[in-house]
Amino acid sequence: MVVNLKSHQSENRESRLGSITGYNGTLRDLHTQSGCGGPQNKERCFSQASLCNAACALGLTSFIVDAVIVQHSPSGCAVTAMTVSNATDQLAATINLDNSKSAYVCTDMNEADTVFGATENLRKVIIEIHKRYQPKAVFIGASCVSGVIGEDLESIARELHEELGIPIAPIHCEGFRTKIWASGFDAAFHAIINHIVKPPQKKTNIVNVINFFGGARKEITEIFSRFGVEPLFIITNTTVEQLSKLSESVATMSTCGTLGTYLGSGLEEAYGVPYIRSLQPHGMAGIESWLGELGKVLHKEKEVAEYLAEEKEKYLPKILEAKKKLTGLKAVIGMGPAFNFNTTRALQELGIEIEYSAAWHFDKQYDDSKAPNAFQYLVENSPNNYKMSVSDLQNNELLNILNTVKPDIFFARHTGSAVWAMKLGIPAICLYDEYAVFGYKGLYNFANAILDSVTNRSFTENLAKRVKLPYTDWWFKQNSDYFLKKEEVNNA
Amino acid sequence: MPKILDQPRYVCALGAMQTVQGIHRGVPILHAGPGCAQKLAQGIAGNNGDSGYISPQIYPSTNITEKETIFGGEDRLKETIENALKVVDGDIYVVLSGCTTEIVGDDIAHVVGEFSDSEKPVVYVETAGFKGNNLEGHQWVVNAIIEQYLSKKPAKKKIKGLVNIWGPIPSYDPFWVGNIRELEALVESLGLTPNTIFGEYRGIDNIDKVPQADFNLLVSPWLGLDTVKLLETTFGTPYLHLPTIPIGAFESSKFLRAVGKYAGVDEKLIASVTDKKEKEYYYYIERNSDIFLENRSMSRRFSTVTNAADALSISKFLVNDFGLVPAKQYITDATPEQYREAVSQYFKEFQYGIEAQVFFSTDGYLIDEDIKKNDYFGAPLLIGSIFEKKLAEKLSGNFLAVSVPIKERLILDSSYVGYRGGLKLLEDIYGYVLRKFN
Repeated sequence: MVVNLKSHQSENRESRLGSITGYNGTLRDLHTQSGCGGPQNKERCFSQASLCNAACALGLTSFIVDAVIVQHSPSGCAVTAMTVSNATDQLAATINLDNSKSAYVCTDMNEADTVFGATENLRKVIIEIHKRYQPKAVFIGASCVSGVIGEDLESIARELHEELGIPIAPIHCEGFRTKIWASGFDAAFHAIINHIVKPPQKKTNIVNVINFFGGARKEITEIFSRFGVEPLFIITNTTVEQLSKLSESVATMSTCGTLGTYLGSGLEEAYGVPYIRSLQPHGMAGIESWLGELGKVLHKEKEVAEYLAEEKEKYLPKILEAKKKLTGLKAVIGMGPAFNFNTTRALQELGIEIEYSAAWHFDKQYDDSKAPNAFQYLVENSPNNYKMSVSDLQNNELLNILNTVKPDIFFARHTGSAVWAMKLGIPAICLYDEYAVFGYKGLYNFANAILDSVTNRSFTENLAKRVKLPYTDWWFKQNSDYFLKKEEVNNA
Repeated sequence: MPKILDQPRYVCALGAMQTVQGIHRGVPILHAGPGCAQKLAQGIAGNNGDSGYISPQIYPSTNITEKETIFGGEDRLKETIENALKVVDGDIYVVLSGCTTEIVGDDIAHVVGEFSDSEKPVVYVETAGFKGNNLEGHQWVVNAIIEQYLSKKPAKKKIKGLVNIWGPIPSYDPFWVGNIRELEALVESLGLTPNTIFGEYRGIDNIDKVPQADFNLLVSPWLGLDTVKLLETTFGTPYLHLPTIPIGAFESSKFLRAVGKYAGVDEKLIASVTDKKEKEYYYYIERNSDIFLENRSMSRRFSTVTNAADALSISKFLVNDFGLVPAKQYITDATPEQYREAVSQYFKEFQYGIEAQVFFSTDGYLIDEDIKKNDYFGAPLLIGSIFEKKLAEKLSGNFLAVSVPIKERLILDSSYVGYRGGLKLLEDIYGYVLRKFN
């Protein structure tokens, strides 16, 4: 068990799970190397900007409808407040939630603060925003600056919790702490388990569904009602009160293994709420595993089987029809590991061949010390042992790979990725919606989205004809792993 | 009141990476944390063009981790620059430092100094987040290019009629490309040759021409004054400072007369240009006046809640061109103290002796509370960022987002500058007004 709730912060993924950001090889080689302390991470001697774990931690937390984020940082870190502005309102409006008690403010640290410290201003800011918004909880977001100068966020939080009578939860998401931005999710969830979640008073029929934005809320609510349970989509669009009762739920599951591991395992360890280990609900095998495992926990195997049979009857013939047209297409995929493995499986269900897979990082295990189900499934079932890299969102590596492999289509999920394949003339789909491949119906829609993309190539080809890539010819002649340092770095 | 940024509308100095990206084939190299670039780009540019020839995912970055906070990151920076020059195909590389690397004391100037003989220019700017905001950072980047690159090149002859135009900030002004192009078109209409360094296909060639201009034209209330003064001392180029970015017929004609007079353009030519443009402009105004006049939901009075440049230019347009009366105006860009008096004064120079009170604050909550106390004699018109939307709805007012964070709109080549810009601004204001029963 690696979730350590006694500590005031979560360990980063590199040291907690042995996760890596640098690897080049194949699917099954990566699996072979994952035993006995491996795989070993490789550093790079050249890198491009990736992502910040604070953006993951505070971006997600800012969608709690009655909590305030106070980021103890210079103005730039609080750019996330601009990014989520309006989005938080739009999401709240989808289910008529009042989010007037939420806000995202910043202590705007300046040069003097870096010399003399600024915990006194932080204290005053929290008291002020408590007056302004009457939030049900305050999250203090750490930053590189607050971390480097050693600001004592824990003491401030403790004192103000006493004074204001609401949870004041520091989130230790200093930008330099980790290269794996998903560590930010863990940091936020650590704060939520430790400061917000209360011991259970009773048991409810709620299933915690850890996800991003609840896009399939209606559909999943209907499905779950057949099993006598209600989904609670967390943590966006929830109240502090709802989060405080996560311990009372009948189970926890997740649409993303990377996202869910810390909170799922944490709730299981602290309060015995079972965390459902399964594939994520992408495609056929995914939904069967996701709901199948839920059915076992709820003792509703029969109801689950009935639902799946109905869906299969409705969509399988259509999916097989689409599969005929897609079989033989060659694809490259570049995503975070959980979506990567689950989407890959769904693509293989459609007869598409994965030629190369780039995962932005790799967790050889989750917080239950077991390998991610979705990875294990591919190791056992993938028709080919495709090439694979773990590449920290490095665009130069990705374009080098795409230029060499020249697939029929590229699949992305992160902001600002898909267009780079299109500039090479390769059609691309960005799976921005986490539920885009949800179950049978999602797979059917996805199949047709792929067909549309490879059929009408106008946008891709028109763009590709007119742009120049920002890389030198020299770079395209190198191997994609050119900048991976030859010596290996042991995380542990 | 504690130091608090509630509803942030600017970012830190490192946000000036957008200024580098705004230079075609300019490449920012970040000596900063792994996520600074992507975060800043998403927040400032949002869905309004944070990609292009390069994007944050292309920026070389040292992606500082705990190791460099302990042992320093100079070696890491050096290998990153070396490899950036090999991998990324650019014309000018600008190294920007972040918070951590400056606190741990990395000598960025020294590291960059080792690249003084490289084929492509490499300059550096200290843009630690705690040192200033992205407006200041923008100015530091431009000044660094002048001091570390341009001033070292052999002097070239002046080009007659060449005018450098400075003003809109890439990305931070969501309409920057369109606005700069429109300023160019205005200057060009006087028979002068505009020179700007931002946006498509200008790049290093236009940067190289900066010292050859007859004069520098700064169109901004305060930002950029350091730059034009630096250009004056470095290359002896005089400057014309016009605080108001012209929107609509009145200010655009005033702008053309001021620039024309300064450049020694024949008065008759100026008059013929302004006459023609005004005629065109009033063709559209005349055709649509009924809508302006016969309307139940349009506001009488307005407030802008935005940076000094937009607040001033929009106010001037709505008052001097469109006949509205200003309520209090809110300036959110942390205008430095030394410029505040001058900026306030600009709001006292409307037609007919009309004046507007100015409130400087970076605390959106205080601004909201203050707006609630104003008397708008009906529904207010609030023009600012998306942060004003909820308040406008609450006050049953009209609303338009023109500055970051802007959201809910896509801007490609639109502009609010010039004669056409005034028409566009009216289109957008009435796009909101006409959603209500009229």
